[in-house]
Amino acid sequence: MTPATLIVAVVLVGGILIGIRLMNSPGTAVRGNLLLAACVAVAIVATILGVGADAAQWRVPLVALAAGLLVGLVLALRATMIRMPQIVALLNGLGGAASALVGAVILVAVAADAPAASTADRIIAALALAVGAATLSGSLVAAGKLHGLMTQRSVAIPGYRTMAALLLVAAAALVALSGPVPGLRTAITLTLTCLCLVYGVVFALRIGGADMPVTISLLNSLSGVAAAIAGFAVKDLLLVAVGAVVGTAGLILTQIMCRAMNRSLLAVISGIRPAPAAAAAATAAPTTADPSLDTPAHAPSDHAPADAHQPTTAELLNRAENIVIIPGYGMALAQAQQQVKQLADLLEGRGKKVTYAIHPVAGRMPGHMNVLLAEADVSYDKLLDLDAANALLPQADLAIVVGANDVINPAAMTAVGTPIYGMPVLKACEARGLIVCNFDRKPGYAGVPNTLYDRPGTILMLGDAKESVAALAGALTQTT
Amino acid sequence: MSALVLVIACILATAVGYRLLGAVPSLLHTPLMSGMNALSGITVLAALLAAVESPTPLGRALASVAVALAMVNVTAGFVVTHRMLRMFKGGSAKETA
Repeated sequence: MTPATLIVAVVLVGGILIGIRLMNSPGTAVRGNLLLAACVAVAIVATILGVGADAAQWRVPLVALAAGLLVGLVLALRATMIRMPQIVALLNGLGGAASALVGAVILVAVAADAPAASTADRIIAALALAVGAATLSGSLVAAGKLHGLMTQRSVAIPGYRTMAALLLVAAAALVALSGPVPGLRTAITLTLTCLCLVYGVVFALRIGGADMPVTISLLNSLSGVAAAIAGFAVKDLLLVAVGAVVGTAGLILTQIMCRAMNRSLLAVISGIRPAPAAAAAATAAPTTADPSLDTPAHAPSDHAPADAHQPTTAELLNRAENIVIIPGYGMALAQAQQQVKQLADLLEGRGKKVTYAIHPVAGRMPGHMNVLLAEADVSYDKLLDLDAANALLPQADLAIVVGANDVINPAAMTAVGTPIYGMPVLKACEARGLIVCNFDRKPGYAGVPNTLYDRPGTILMLGDAKESVAALAGALTQTT
Repeated sequence: MSALVLVIACILATAVGYRLLGAVPSLLHTPLMSGMNALSGITVLAALLAAVESPTPLGRALASVAVALAMVNVTAGFVVTHRMLRMFKGGSAKETA
């Protein structure tokens, strides 16, 4: 590496760090993203110019580059916002695949008649292959789950822990062998690829719906790690530094998601969950009756008050001045964000204050709810994070829950021994009034019955969130 | 480029990245993740190098496939992030700098 390329690399790393700095506020994030994209573009051009091979050698790689650019553009412009989680997962897999291929090329093809490739080089290349391959298959399974191609539930694999351990040990052994035994490189490369692909699949299959934000963050981190290792393999400073940053980003998000669920990373990736039986027993709530039969309310019109003084939804909406909307995955599923925004507009039109309380793990990826509401044209300064929302909720006249369950379950504060105990929740229970627009009364992903449903004063509107929210708006307009 | 320099770069980038990334509010976690995802396509650099430096046709072909895949990741990742970020609008005129 010449001093010139070193300077270019350092400048680009600086540019990328500035870009990330700009990503921390919605006002500057667009510029930050453009700066990141520009840095990568310059890096690509600088790499091509820096190698200085003759034109014939560049023909195929440049065609590939152009093809990738075109496919990427089409893919990104055609993607709808609702598909974002699976698009991100899919793209992540492609990055992993690229790093894995680089590792494979260095292992098999470069080392073919190049004694220059040292033992260390081959081990690094094998590592890039291993991490990249696991990222690829894990991301594809995650994307498949998010796209509804396979079950979103956690798939129990008998003997998973033994199998995972054996796969990892075997992969580690092959990585170690790839250094000193160059003669077997093709066999080792192929076996290692298969092992790691299988590992990625069993890893991602184990992970159920609401643990998806953790999985996606973790896979994102892995693709960065794979890129950094590939950087070590080709001895490229820029690639190492940027890969490390991406790996760190994924880890930070993983950490935030785990904390917001009060689950350890190990528990998420191994699919360990406390027994649901213990969970049900520990909740003091009266959950013995069949919840599907004695639903107190279906729609505001036929709502039978539990006691004589219970206000109707229209009264609640009309009286409330300070309203907090709490969206969850149910809103994404029902595509109800436009209806939510319309309801909020109606309320605001009457001089009421409407804000949104967003739990960090609501949805299927970090920040999922924010994107959906931004798409529905909700101003971002109305989107409150956990702490801000919990500061506001005790003063709120009304909380409207749209498709959120575990993240508002007060059992997290009281029911010792349940899977969600200790998980930070949105204190919807502290708002003076509560309307819940959820699909059914079933417990959320964590399997703990929601004590809020049976609390006197809670108005449950079961069914499709889109219809329930529209019904709320209807109830409001009728009472003008 | 000596291995030591690379290791130092790796550690420095992790440390600085940790500080910067921890400051990103949860509001922007999706665009952050998708932006970082796009950035992980930087592995296209390694693919490009391998595509011209590999001595065998098979190696060059595989590396070219890697170039295409990584480029899809980079392009789609940044465009998708851009589209998402463009949707974030502030109601009041308090644009934070």
